[in-house]
Amino acid sequence: MASINPSEDQDQQSTEPRIVLPGDELPPTETGLVEDAATLAPTIKLGPGLQPMDDDTIAAVKAGVLKHASVGNRWWIESNQRRYVSVAGENVIGVVLGKTVEHYKLDIGTAQPALLGVLAFEGATKRNKPNHNVGDLLYCRISLANKDMEAELECFNPTTGKADGYGELKSGFVIKTSLGLARRLLDPKSLILRLLGKHIPFETAIGMNGKVWINSGSTKHTILICNAIRNSEYLNERECSTMVKSLVDKL
Amino acid sequence: MKEIEPSTNEREFVLAALKDGARIDGRNSYDFRTLRLSFGSDYGAVEVQLGNTRVLAKVSCEVIRPFTDKPTEGFLVFNTEMSPMASSTFEVGRQTDEEVLVSRLIEKAMKRSRALDTEGLCIVAGEKVWSIRVDIHFLDHDGNLVDAACIAAITALMHFRRPDVTVVGEDVTIHTLEQRNPVPLSIHHIPICVTFAFFHHGEHMIVDPTYLEEQIKQGDMTITLNVHKEVCALSKAGGLPMKMDQILQSTKIAVVKVTEITAQIQAALEADAKKRQTSRK
Repeated sequence: MASINPSEDQDQQSTEPRIVLPGDELPPTETGLVEDAATLAPTIKLGPGLQPMDDDTIAAVKAGVLKHASVGNRWWIESNQRRYVSVAGENVIGVVLGKTVEHYKLDIGTAQPALLGVLAFEGATKRNKPNHNVGDLLYCRISLANKDMEAELECFNPTTGKADGYGELKSGFVIKTSLGLARRLLDPKSLILRLLGKHIPFETAIGMNGKVWINSGSTKHTILICNAIRNSEYLNERECSTMVKSLVDKL
Repeated sequence: MKEIEPSTNEREFVLAALKDGARIDGRNSYDFRTLRLSFGSDYGAVEVQLGNTRVLAKVSCEVIRPFTDKPTEGFLVFNTEMSPMASSTFEVGRQTDEEVLVSRLIEKAMKRSRALDTEGLCIVAGEKVWSIRVDIHFLDHDGNLVDAACIAAITALMHFRRPDVTVVGEDVTIHTLEQRNPVPLSIHHIPICVTFAFFHHGEHMIVDPTYLEEQIKQGDMTITLNVHKEVCALSKAGGLPMKMDQILQSTKIAVVKVTEITAQIQAALEADAKKRQTSRK
């Protein structure tokens, strides 16, 4: 996702955002599914909220705003919800619920707990592996997400085999936000985190499952950051900066 | 679904913050969350928002035959409904221990304190009395369901109007809302619940715990009071042993909270009455 040219990514946003509801069909000419639309890319990539139907049309399965990126002819629906549904490759924050010989059972906010192999850590061997207790917070990556099975997790980057920041999150505090807010916080351009960073140094880990871990020098600062993030959900840029300013002034 | 315990990080952070005299939502120890009351278009429908906790109360009435041993007593019935909408830990058709506790506490606070004049619900002694039913629906659970439900129930009862009745000899006429203005119930006093949660073996005490604080607390206590500083009920189901002066101190805090909440309920009811009057004109 990092290599997207921003100017091309925004070509859809200049026009009116199109709101779709579950069951709405996408016209095939628009998506380039029809062969005579030679100018468009012959293949399309469907993201969250879109599903191909039996009759070769594409239908929305979620309510939200239809988005399009011309690079790779990708289409997806941007929506907001509170319940997390696991997707392979996403980074999440989980709480250890239990441990068996082969797996840790983690709550990542999905309907069923996810499984994390006891050896799915950087450099872990049968003899030398990290030990985690019930209640520990782990930052992990979803390696397998089938809709009829528990999700499987891992605590290392599969391309390098290194920890790359995955693993236990020590001290600090976690808040639960909506999935939409978590996604926006992950945007490098995210305003609220930059605004807070100007005033208070802090660490953060954001899970796509709506869990945001915050750690800073003092409890008061952590509480302030948590509340600022929670409040920022429905505020525009100007309101965000006044909110952060008033919170920081109160310290 | 089983309740998921908070992580060690959250637990330790909440406890550390309390030691510093801070709470995770930026409140002080003895602060309530923002209370919002909104009324439905019908009489007796109230939605209470206490922070992120939401409770809906709806009052209805019907004419029934009284018990033979209490021929002049009307009925006041409470019904609580905890659906999975409020929290995924609630299941349809199965009462959790929490639900039993909450509904028992509300009954205790409202009925046993005689907040509602049940004698005034009599139409014909031994024949016909009003039965007032309060349905309490929990819509969103972020802790302290008791206080929110109690505020919702009493506000709904105060907001409710029952149809007017005339009795001539043996004949009873129930007037529709169009024929005659409905009449309010006679309410003796306004009981309000204030819940405390205890941490660090009773060293730290907070008012109006959130869901996370409820999960971490070591003990709790609910005091039901009215503005006349009369304790209507005090409930402490297990948890920590407490010193007497701590209970006295918490009643003092509760009195302040009850005064604030009662004033807010009355202001909201007045504002709603005014709105209804202007819309009728």
